[in-house]
Amino acid sequence: MFLNTFTLLAANANPGFLEALNNRLNLGDIIVTVTFFTILMILLKKFAWGPLMGVMDQRAELIANEIEAAEKSRQESQKLLDEQQSLLKEARESAQAIVENARKQGETQREELVVAARAEVNRMKEAATLEIATEKEKAVAAVREEFVSLSILAASKVLGKEISEEDNRALIEETIVKAGEGR
Amino acid sequence: MNHENPDFEMFGIMFNGSNILMLFVTCLIVFLIAVISTRNLQVKPTGMQNFMEWVMDFVKGIIKNNMDWKTGGRFHVLGITLLMFVFVANVLGLPFAIVWDHNLWWKSPTADPTVTLTLASMVVVLSHYYGVKLYGLKGYGAGFLKPLPFMFPLKIIEEFANTLTLGLRLYGNIFAGEILIGLLAALGASSIFGFAGALIPALAWQGFSIFIGAIQAFIFVMLSMVYMSHKVSTDH
Repeated sequence: MFLNTFTLLAANANPGFLEALNNRLNLGDIIVTVTFFTILMILLKKFAWGPLMGVMDQRAELIANEIEAAEKSRQESQKLLDEQQSLLKEARESAQAIVENARKQGETQREELVVAARAEVNRMKEAATLEIATEKEKAVAAVREEFVSLSILAASKVLGKEISEEDNRALIEETIVKAGEGR
Repeated sequence: MNHENPDFEMFGIMFNGSNILMLFVTCLIVFLIAVISTRNLQVKPTGMQNFMEWVMDFVKGIIKNNMDWKTGGRFHVLGITLLMFVFVANVLGLPFAIVWDHNLWWKSPTADPTVTLTLASMVVVLSHYYGVKLYGLKGYGAGFLKPLPFMFPLKIIEEFANTLTLGLRLYGNIFAGEILIGLLAALGASSIFGFAGALIPALAWQGFSIFIGAIQAFIFVMLSMVYMSHKVSTDH
């Protein structure tokens, strides 16, 4: 475009003027510089800067996406963490409740056991007392019987007279009972 | 130094064959660097792609310093191309200068004021074009009356001064570098003592010239974007 303009200008201009200009100015260099630079810029834009810019934009987009994804996953993990923490807290609370319950239950059981043991002891004591009393009575009865026999033997010896043992016994026992009552 | 330029005439216009050759070489090198480094593009970059992306981000940073990215994004391609073009052009003249038939063929294309002033004019004309495109003729014209109407002549002068300084700064730096390298090379070629004496300064100056080439390319792009922003930003 520039070249055309300048050649047109050059062709139409006064030849004397152009000759005078050529002695002072390299008009061709100006045209060549602008043309070369413009061509270079267009070619580079097509073959180098354009694709490079595309890749850089692509990377910027990629990074933005990555950042977004990272932010999202961070939020997600934060949510999960919160969830886990609340779950943990719940579990801890429930564990504490269970322990507390068990402690209470144990205490109750202990008390129950103590009460039961005490009752058992009392029962055994009573049984022992009862048995002692029975044994004592038995012993007393045995002693009494023995005494009766001895008395009979002694009386028969003293009397020297045989009486029926049955009568004697009944007699003596009566006496002893009387004696016992009288005491 | 006292070499002739390989001028020739075509269509009644004067051309400098050396400039054409060197501009072509510059374009070729920039194109090859850019295409080879972006040949195998990946989302996860490696090797040269990293470098190219760094260049892109660098230019993006320059533009963002001067205007918001919404208006400045359209200058991104221009900025990267300009940066690489000017840098490659600056360092092309460093390794050697080729003279054929007393004509200087191989040199930095930016060591020629015509080329640098053309680039500067191109940038300034583009800034005016975008000023008109974005704000209309009325808004663009009103920009010349800001901040106060009596500044109008100064604003007009500023436009020409901008163009001149932008082009001549680049030309001056690179041309001076080439002159000094030429002198050191002539000294080195004169005798064995001259070679010994010229060796270290020549190495130092070549290293420094690479630095200057990079800095000048950066400044050129930076100022281009500043001039652009004067025309396309409302808040300036």
